[in-house]
Amino acid sequence: MIQPASPELVTVNIDGREISVPKGTNVIEAAKRATIDIPFYCYHPKLTVVGNCRMCLVEMGLPAVDPATKAPVMDPATGKQKINWSPRPTIGCATNVSPGLHIRTTSQMVKECREGVMEFLLINHPLDCPICDQAGECKLQEQATGYGRGYSRFIEEKNVKPKRTQLGPRVTLDDERCILCSRCIRFCKEIAKDDVLGFTDRGSYSTLTCYPGKKLENNYSLNTVDICPVGALTSTDFRFKMRVWFLKQATSIDTESSVGANTTVWSREGVIYRITPRENDAVNDAWMSDSGRLLYKEVRAANRLAAPAISGAGSAMEFAVRAAAELLRKGGVAVVGSGRSSVEEQFLTKKLAAALGARVHLVSRTAKGDGILISADRNPNVRGALVTGLVDALPGADLSGLGAAIDSGEVRAVLSVGEDLAAAGIGAAQLAKVAVVYMGTHADATSAAARVVIPTLTVFEKHGTFVNQQFRIQRFAAAVPGPAGAQDDLLVLSALAAAVGAPAAGADVGSVWRAIAREVPALAALSYANIPDTGLLLDAGPWAGLAFAEGDSLHHKGAGREAARG
Amino acid sequence: MTLSEDTLRRIDEVITHYPVKRSAALPLLHLVQEEKGFIAPEAVAWIAQKLGLEPINIHELVTFYPMFRQKPIGRRHIKVCRTLSCAIMGGYRTCAEFQRQFGTELGAVSPDGEVTVEFVECLASCGTAPVVMIDDELHEKVGPEKARELSERIKAEAKR
Amino acid sequence: MAAPEQKRMIFRHIDEPGYTNDLACYQRNGGYEVMRKAFQRKPEELIDEVKKSGLRGRGGAGFSCGLKFSLVDRKSGKPIYLVVNADESEPGTFKDRYIIHKDPHQLIEGIMIACFANKVERTFIYIRGEFPDGAKILEKAIAEARAAGFCGPNTLGSGYGCEIYVHRGAGAYICGEETGLIESLEGKRPYPRIKPPYYPAVLGLYQCPTIVNNVETLCHVKHIADMGGEAYAKIGTPNNTGTRILCVSGHVQRPGYYEFEVGKVTMGQLLNEVCGGPLPGRTFKAVIPGGSSAKVLRFGERFKGKRKAGAEMVEYDWGVEDIPMDFDSLAMIGSMGGSGGVIVMDDSVSMVEALGNINAFYSHESCGQCTPCREGSLWMKKITARMVHGEARPEDGALLKSVADQIAGRTICAFGEACAWPTQSFIAKFGDEFKGYGAGKAQRPQGAAELV
Repeated sequence: MIQPASPELVTVNIDGREISVPKGTNVIEAAKRATIDIPFYCYHPKLTVVGNCRMCLVEMGLPAVDPATKAPVMDPATGKQKINWSPRPTIGCATNVSPGLHIRTTSQMVKECREGVMEFLLINHPLDCPICDQAGECKLQEQATGYGRGYSRFIEEKNVKPKRTQLGPRVTLDDERCILCSRCIRFCKEIAKDDVLGFTDRGSYSTLTCYPGKKLENNYSLNTVDICPVGALTSTDFRFKMRVWFLKQATSIDTESSVGANTTVWSREGVIYRITPRENDAVNDAWMSDSGRLLYKEVRAANRLAAPAISGAGSAMEFAVRAAAELLRKGGVAVVGSGRSSVEEQFLTKKLAAALGARVHLVSRTAKGDGILISADRNPNVRGALVTGLVDALPGADLSGLGAAIDSGEVRAVLSVGEDLAAAGIGAAQLAKVAVVYMGTHADATSAAARVVIPTLTVFEKHGTFVNQQFRIQRFAAAVPGPAGAQDDLLVLSALAAAVGAPAAGADVGSVWRAIAREVPALAALSYANIPDTGLLLDAGPWAGLAFAEGDSLHHKGAGREAARG
Repeated sequence: MTLSEDTLRRIDEVITHYPVKRSAALPLLHLVQEEKGFIAPEAVAWIAQKLGLEPINIHELVTFYPMFRQKPIGRRHIKVCRTLSCAIMGGYRTCAEFQRQFGTELGAVSPDGEVTVEFVECLASCGTAPVVMIDDELHEKVGPEKARELSERIKAEAKR
Repeated sequence: MAAPEQKRMIFRHIDEPGYTNDLACYQRNGGYEVMRKAFQRKPEELIDEVKKSGLRGRGGAGFSCGLKFSLVDRKSGKPIYLVVNADESEPGTFKDRYIIHKDPHQLIEGIMIACFANKVERTFIYIRGEFPDGAKILEKAIAEARAAGFCGPNTLGSGYGCEIYVHRGAGAYICGEETGLIESLEGKRPYPRIKPPYYPAVLGLYQCPTIVNNVETLCHVKHIADMGGEAYAKIGTPNNTGTRILCVSGHVQRPGYYEFEVGKVTMGQLLNEVCGGPLPGRTFKAVIPGGSSAKVLRFGERFKGKRKAGAEMVEYDWGVEDIPMDFDSLAMIGSMGGSGGVIVMDDSVSMVEALGNINAFYSHESCGQCTPCREGSLWMKKITARMVHGEARPEDGALLKSVADQIAGRTICAFGEACAWPTQSFIAKFGDEFKGYGAGKAQRPQGAAELV
């Protein structure tokens, strides 16, 4: 938990208030720190500044100095240094702070500039807000209310442009709504490195286009929808599904890989409608993958496990737990833990395995990273398994060690915490030889072969933490309740522990964390509640020698195997 | 796309003028249009590849600059200046006369395929208004009478 | 007072019988001798001469050329580029056309002196696409000059070398804006850059220090190197030095180009004597003094105020005819010398229709990058087009002015002003005509030129 060196501060005056901000901050961001709103469309803190929308025009003044002597010129009326106000407005996005800079955001000139830009942006806009998906989170709506004149003087014909263009498999474009801010173009070029969008024609007839014959289909295409300040780019999946103001938000983490992109899950009455990125400047900036946005579909998948089962027959939870405990108490047990489990679950899994005297295996998932927000380690929480001590080494390529132990008869029962053993390399014959207790969310070959099946929750239905590739511990929260027959993994693990006679270590996040804080050195000072929304960096030192799989991605330099392979 | 040896040689030569290849985009578009008459999608892709760019980078240019065409035009390209100095000296009448002579709409290929008549913005020869460019050649003080003469000349060429 | 004689310095040989645009002819007339002498001097001295000359840019803004040279970042270690703005595209302007077509070597000599002074080793002439012959002529002239050792490696045996390349535009007015031109030269859409931070003198072409100069300006550099800055500064009037080419078009007897000492000829002398006055049976109604974006002047209006004459302030009370054709006087009366394009309109012209024509130009040429210009220019065009072809409301003039007021001063580049000034000035000076246009439309004379 190392703090960055404090940056050089510059004091500026905005609307009469003196504030100190780091050198290099622009006027929009400086004002934001003073809770002064400077409206904008084209500016995005994570993209290059182009200054084209002109919504952030403000008045700017600089302290007067004598041209010859460079001595400050004082204003006798105030006793302070005189301010030379520029006769022309200037854009806040491209103006960086300098000592003594003065800004006015409430003057008549600024008010007129904003009214003018608002009017210009609306004259050719279709004003189809009643059927527009952006309604409720549209900058044009918000700023027309906040800064517009409220009436129209335009009686000419509006420009006609293409409606409903499929830019790619996931993004739909309405060119008439587009205000030509170029955020999407810059995103594709600068972040996704997929230069397919551009403007054709010119002047007011300029039209956002994907190059004919190409598609906006990179795995980050939906970020263009997020950053589109208006309803021009919409998600084909979300289009016309739900008004955004009905949706409830929960903070979550993308489980696709060890990057741990921060997300927001949007739901209504127990149904998830979309996932969007949540800004974290140390992890994912304001972005996430398209694939990560689809993960919520697993919540209501047809193969979702909905009731406990013993030897294929439906049962009640307490019987299933009792049956599982009986199997596990017989000895010869192996535990297959998961890099998809939360830190809390991994901690309880470790405790349970210790009580059973079972060896713990972890399932490895690696594939080539994309260099942006999907890393080579496709488990979100292998670091958590290391930190909690569930394992002390990185998982091997497959479960062949476990397979051999089954073959030899050394292992006669397996507890799988959410892992499909068949998919991880355990053959059908091997599965038939062992008694499997399966905690999981979806039906698969392992649930079919298992003696006891206990349905558990997806990441969208429970609370917990993951430790990402940077050793940053990050929280996620339940967005929706789980299905009726499923139980929180922590509850199941604690019930199993009780049934096999292991010491209690909590059955919910709060109580488990009290035990974690006592027993896990790396997390000693923490509680679930005091982890910030943007996560907390742990000391990675103890695991520095391990050969992690990750190469470079957005905010992570990976010296790992993938990088070495080049 | 096939280009003549001469065009290919000129393309390779012009790229050497610039420390950054992308700068050769406009010169290449001119050279390809000179040979092909217009910029087809395959030309966009070819130029992009030649300069190590994405096709959208070239497509953005073709649609911005009015001199680049995405479709074939008539055998001769008649460009009448529309801007103030020419207009007040009768440029609209000149343009109408060319259209009448060839029975054609602005921007379209005439029915006989001979010409495309277009209004263009200032040709920077305001002192000799109204002016007309026929392909690369500037014609000055083109009133309706001179427009008729020029049209006759073009029609005579066609008969040959 | 009778009009002074023209002082043809830049246009000395243009229209001279027997003068051709090849190297031999140029050299027979003393060509490249100035450069030869200049190459014997220190580059800094040449920059000093330009500073002393008081030369102001001839492209439109009238910015001090010497100051432009001195703002160049020479410590960055990056190459310095010179880009010649030959995109002559401000309506009403047609001087560079004749320099390029008829005396290209004069331009090349000017370029080479400016390059030597600024240690530039690669320069581009950005010539508008509508000058295909001009581009060929320049390429031929450069080849001739290169073969004779006047450019290219080891120019004139000096050890210093500079290559000149011709780069053709493709029909976009915005490429006359220096940062739009730079973007275009980089192979991009010519979207002007935001300033700060992209001042060409520091972050220009390829993010290197860059000087962008107009064709005529660079020709003046040659004459400054020849006669020295102090001698040059004696030509013209204080702060408006040298000669300037005035391009007159529209409703006069003798339109064309005329070169005078700056400020030595008045608008009245220029139009009535030099250009022969209005067409038969007509009277002058309006004149745009510096290219179509300059604010229009109405014949009959008076300009009063105080101005500097030497060390003292004197009262002036001018009609349009009395205005000296220099940067400062035209700025003082609320317009500008701009690019030197003088567009004259007589009483046959409807100001509503003339503005409609201008608005069509600017809306067509707006690059579309920033909101006020993109949306405002087309809106103004739509209003004036409706007034001419549809219903004209008495309140349209006020609306037009209000739209224009929402553009000027709020855009990325000066195009915002260029497209707003015509509307602002037409409404300010001919407001009544806009109010009454709808009612009087039926009475418009038959045979008046169509403008919209």
